[in-house]
Amino acid sequence: MATISTPPSISGKSGNQAASATLLSIRNVAKHFGKNVVLRDISLDVAEGEFLTILGESGSGKTTLLRIIAGFETASAGEVWMGEERLDRQPPYRRRVNTVFQHYALFPHLTVEQNVAYGLRVAKRPEAEIAPRVEEALAKVKMSAHAKSKPSKISGGQQQRIALARALVNRPRLLLLDEPLSALDANLRRQMQVELKSLQREVGISFIFVTHDQEEAMVMSDRIALLRSGELEQVATPREIYGRPATAYAAQFIGHTNLLKGEVRAGMVRCGVLTWAAVLPDGPALFSLRPENIRLAAGNTAMAGSVRIRGKVRHRAFHGATELIRVECDDGLVLVVRTPGSGGALNEVELEFSSADAVLVRESPERV
Amino acid sequence: MFSRAYKAAVTLPPLVWVTVFLLMPYLLMFCYSFWSVSASQTIEHSWNLANYGQLLRVEVYWQTLLRSMWIAARVTIFSLLLGYPLAYFLSFYAGSKKDLLYQLVIIPLWVSYLVRAYAWKTILGSDGVLNTLLQYVHLTKHPLEFLLYSPFAVVLTLTHIYTPFAFLPIYAALEHIPRNLVEASHDLGATPGQTFWKVIFPLSIPGVVAGATFAFVLSLGDFLAPLLLGGPSGIMISNIVVSLFGAAYNWPLGAAISFCMLLLVVSLLFFSERLEKKWSFS
Repeated sequence: MATISTPPSISGKSGNQAASATLLSIRNVAKHFGKNVVLRDISLDVAEGEFLTILGESGSGKTTLLRIIAGFETASAGEVWMGEERLDRQPPYRRRVNTVFQHYALFPHLTVEQNVAYGLRVAKRPEAEIAPRVEEALAKVKMSAHAKSKPSKISGGQQQRIALARALVNRPRLLLLDEPLSALDANLRRQMQVELKSLQREVGISFIFVTHDQEEAMVMSDRIALLRSGELEQVATPREIYGRPATAYAAQFIGHTNLLKGEVRAGMVRCGVLTWAAVLPDGPALFSLRPENIRLAAGNTAMAGSVRIRGKVRHRAFHGATELIRVECDDGLVLVVRTPGSGGALNEVELEFSSADAVLVRESPERV
Repeated sequence: MFSRAYKAAVTLPPLVWVTVFLLMPYLLMFCYSFWSVSASQTIEHSWNLANYGQLLRVEVYWQTLLRSMWIAARVTIFSLLLGYPLAYFLSFYAGSKKDLLYQLVIIPLWVSYLVRAYAWKTILGSDGVLNTLLQYVHLTKHPLEFLLYSPFAVVLTLTHIYTPFAFLPIYAALEHIPRNLVEASHDLGATPGQTFWKVIFPLSIPGVVAGATFAFVLSLGDFLAPLLLGGPSGIMISNIVVSLFGAAYNWPLGAAISFCMLLLVVSLLFFSERLEKKWSFS
C-alpha cells in the first residue's frame, strides 16, 4: 500500500522556503466519524509565508483537515502545533487562525464594515484603532465604496473579498481558505486566483488553501499536498508534482498522462512493444508519460535514448493552442499525445519520446 | 395557463366562505356596536356612539382591558423566558435527541385546553396538590389562598398553555441560522457568549417577535382561564364580552368592546409584521 510519510526531505519545499521556519505542524492526525475513517495518519508542515494547497477530490478529507486546523472538528488522534503552542487543545476562538469559508459566511444583519470590524470588536480593541484598520482592509480588497452595504446587496465576488478582508484584518498568522473560489464563474475565478496570490505575497502570512481544482492548485501554490481517501498521496511543489509524480493517482489527477504498465528485466523496461534501458530493479513497474513529452517523429533515425512507435490516430480533440490526439499503437496500446494544434486527418503516425520522460510511479491501490 | 372558469371555480368557494362566515359577521358586529338596547330588551337600530362613550367612561371596562393587557404582557414575557432557552437548547445542543424533545414540547398541544386548565385547579386549590404539600412539609400552616382564583393563577395557566406557541417560531428562527455563521464568529475570536449576543440572538429576533405576538394575542383574548381560575380579581375583557352577549344581554356594548379588541389585535399584528421584516435577512 502506497503510504507516504513526509519528512521534510521528500516533502519538496521549494528553495525560497527552505530557510523559513515551520509555522504549523500537523503530526499524525487521524479522524473518524464512527466507523467512517476520514483521515489517517496525516503529517504535514507549513512554513512561514507559504502558500500551501490541500488538493483532493470531494470526500478526500481535505475540508475535514482544514476544520481540524481551524478548531471546528477535533482530531481522533494526532496533534497540531503552531510554533511552541499545542493548537488542537485550544477552542477555535483562541487560535490565531482565520478562515475564509466556502460560502463566505458573512453576517447578514451587519454591514460590510461591521462584518470586517467583527474580529476587532470582540477582541475589544479601541474604536480609534478599529476604524483605520477596517478602512485599510477594505481598501486592500478594493471594497471601500461598499462599506455601508449589507452583504445581501453585493455580488458573490464582492462577498468573497469581504470575507477575505474580515479574516485578514485580524492579522492572523495563518489563513485557511475552504474552496473560496468555487462559487465564482470561471473568468472571475481566474482573476481572483491572481489577486489572492499577490495579496498573500503582500501580507506575507501563510495560506492553507483547499480546492478540488488541480489547475487552481498549480497556479497559486508554493506546494501542493495531494490528498486521496484520507491519506497524503504526495506533497511537493507544483512543478515537481507535475514533472515527477510519485504515484499513478498523482500523475492522473494533475494534468493528463499515459500510464504504461511494464516489466523490468536486466536493465531493460518492456511495455508491450515499447522497450528502453533503465537502471531499475527487476520486477513489474508502472510509468507515467505526459502527452506533451511525446512527439511526432521527424527524420529517419531515432536520437539516443528515445523510443519510437508507430500508430494510427483515432481521435483529435482541439484545445486551442494545442491538440490532444489519441493514437492506437500496433499492439493495441493507446497513447494520448499533445501536439501543436495543426489539425489533420486520422492517419498513420510515428511517435517518439525520450525514455527519461517516462517517470516511474507507484501503483495507487483502491482504498475503502 | 388556467381557464377563467377554472380559476373562478377554485377561488369562489373560499371567497364565499370568508364572506359569509367572516366578513359579514364582522360587519354585523360593527353595525351592532352603534345600536342600543331599549328598556323592553329589544335592539334599537338607532345609530350613535354611546357604546364607545360608555367604554371610555365606565371604569370597569377600560380597567379590565388594561388588566387583560397586563396579564397578556406577563404571559408573553414568561413564555419567552421559558420558550427561548428551550428552543436554543433544542436547536444547538440537543443533538440526536432533538426530534424526541421537540415532540415532547408539542404533545401538550394535543391535550384539551379544559383538561390543562382543570389540572391547574387541582394543583393550586386550597385542598390542592401544592397546598397539601406545603402544609405537609410545614412550610405553611394554612393553605395559600392567592394561588387559585387570582391573576397569578391566570398568568401561570396561560403561560403553561401558550409557551409552545412562543417556542415554535423561535425554534424555527434558530434552526434557520446557518451554522457556518456561528463557526465564523468563533473563528473571528468571539467566545460562545459573544457569539450568542452578536450573531444568534439578533438573527432570531423575527422568531421572538412572532412568538411574542402569538402569546400576547392568544392570551389577551382568552376567557376560559380567567373563568375557571381567575376569580373576581382575575376577570379579563373577554369574560365581560361573554357576559354582555349572554346574561347581561347587551349585544351592542359587547360588539363595541369586541371591535376595539379587534382593532387592537390587528394593529399589533401589523406592527409585529413590520418588526419581523426589519429583522429578517434572507
